[in-house]
Amino acid sequence: MSDIFEQIFQIGFFTAMVRVATPLLLATLGEMFSERSGVLNLGIEGIMLLAAMTGFSAGYFSGSLWLGIVVAAMTGIVFGALMGLLTVTLGLSQHVSGLGVTLLCSGLAFFGYRLVFGQPSQPPNVAAFESAPVPLLSELPVLGPILFDHVTLVYLAFLLVPVAAFVLYRTPWGLNLRTVGENPHAAASAGVSVAWKRYQALMISGALFGIGGAYFSLAQFNAFTFGVISGRGWVCIALVVLGRWDPWRCAFAALLFGAVDALQLRLQSSGVIDLPFQVFLLLPFLITVVAMALVARNARAPAALLLPYRKEER
Amino acid sequence: MKTGTKSLSGRILAAVLMLAAVLALSAGQAIAAEKLRVAAVFETPIEEPWVNQIHVALKRAEKELGIEYTWSESVKSADFARVMREYAEGGYQLVMGDAFGAERIARRVAKSYPNTAFTFGSGIGPAEPNFAVFDNWIHEPAYLAGMIAGKLTKSNTIGAVAAMTIPEVNRLCNAFCSGAKEVNPKAKCKFSFIGSFFDPPKAKEAALAQIDQGVDVIYAERFGVIEAAAEKGIPAVGNMSDQWQLAPDNVVTSVVWDMWPTVRQVVNVVKAGVFTSQDFGQFSYMSKGGSFLAPYHKWEDKLPKDVKDMVVKRRQEILDGTFRVGIDESAPKSE
Repeated sequence: MSDIFEQIFQIGFFTAMVRVATPLLLATLGEMFSERSGVLNLGIEGIMLLAAMTGFSAGYFSGSLWLGIVVAAMTGIVFGALMGLLTVTLGLSQHVSGLGVTLLCSGLAFFGYRLVFGQPSQPPNVAAFESAPVPLLSELPVLGPILFDHVTLVYLAFLLVPVAAFVLYRTPWGLNLRTVGENPHAAASAGVSVAWKRYQALMISGALFGIGGAYFSLAQFNAFTFGVISGRGWVCIALVVLGRWDPWRCAFAALLFGAVDALQLRLQSSGVIDLPFQVFLLLPFLITVVAMALVARNARAPAALLLPYRKEER
Repeated sequence: MKTGTKSLSGRILAAVLMLAAVLALSAGQAIAAEKLRVAAVFETPIEEPWVNQIHVALKRAEKELGIEYTWSESVKSADFARVMREYAEGGYQLVMGDAFGAERIARRVAKSYPNTAFTFGSGIGPAEPNFAVFDNWIHEPAYLAGMIAGKLTKSNTIGAVAAMTIPEVNRLCNAFCSGAKEVNPKAKCKFSFIGSFFDPPKAKEAALAQIDQGVDVIYAERFGVIEAAAEKGIPAVGNMSDQWQLAPDNVVTSVVWDMWPTVRQVVNVVKAGVFTSQDFGQFSYMSKGGSFLAPYHKWEDKLPKDVKDMVVKRRQEILDGTFRVGIDESAPKSE
């Protein structure tokens, strides 16, 4: 047990936790917005992959990583809108539409990458985002390197948490969004356009998926490769439930996953526990599921989640 | 989900390739008729280093041995049999690829086409009558790289980030570690497995975790590790191909697998009509030129002379057959 603590009480562990959690946090917040409006966005995995590709391509050819992030976000917005067309305008099954969008986006990512870059022996790369220490704060002992010595996207992702909470709970826009997700008929009778609200939420979710995806190809790593998302989008679906559709709790969920993931890598190479490596790799998923069962058992999903809204139909 | 995705893109690609093949055929039928037709089926995208080495060698055979070559990438287990059958029925005389995720499927399909030669990267043996195997037997240069790592480490802690505990990965990691221990008995080895053949962000994160734990020379069995070494400024050893360009200041050398001797042998054997279901593994050994330690590039001047001499001597002993690098395929354990 003490060996495990030895691995935890290291600055590198906490830094890794924040680093690993960041893209998950972005995508989890995105998913939270769409589910709060009543739409489960299973396009997450594909949109992240496609945006990792488009964002990387834009960064590669323009030389501007931030342009890459913008392009990634726009890619997400476009496919978030497509999700809206399928699930809101056409009222199709959210599961089927989401999986369809993921398949489409993944296919487009592979195909687009081959069109743009051909078949290189080694993936072309960019000079990825470098750590941008916050002046003064990064010099704090312990906390400095853990919280204030990251790439800018990390700060932005975590600043997004209070922003999302404020928007969701303290603005009329947020109130309307939540109402649309709980009781669209009430929202409609109050003069809110349910469809437009859901489109907005889906486009926001797409943008955040996009930025989360591009984090992998422009910040965490310096190239787009086909394994770059590897199911991390699906993880965020579970993190939203664990986070009970609340921005703060979602941040906690992402950090928990990041922490266990960072820990398992350290335990593997520390050699203190002799277990097959698969057990270690399983840990973050296992802990997420267990936490979900314990913490989120009584969590209530938005009441109108998965239900298409059709005017004057009960 | 991912299976479906990749098979979809695989299908599109296969369709495009077949169209291209048809066009090429009709354009120059006279020439094509005499060429040996070779197809490859790869489980991963072509950039994945393991697969890329096969691909590069086959491209070279296209030029130097005058074969006609086509391939499908990202073919998942569910599609593996179909793609293999399409090639066999499309008149390809030799079908190559990697079968690790689809060993049984590949063997079963091969049986139905006794007149086609199948040669696959595989962790197990060949099968009569027409299923030959090869593998990346590159533990010898891995051992040499380990010797260099053992000399370079100051913390006496070296690491390797690898895919999973399968024989072809284990023997490289173990050879690397025992090479280091031979020259530096105090050296300790750490190992991480990412559970995937191609997940560079994960490999990078695993490498950063090792570096946090004091690893100061790292073996990039998987793609993604060198980027972590570059970020933290420690020496790294590449794998599969000469990867020095990824980080010229950090990559000391690479453990290179050259599939050319294997491909040349297989193609010649098939052309000569004497193909049998044999194990071509030996053609990946250093003595056959199937593997080697890459040049030091920017490290040429940085490596101490005694280290370089030591490597030259041991390399010669391996080539002469007077030193045998042990093959240990047990799962490596972190120390």
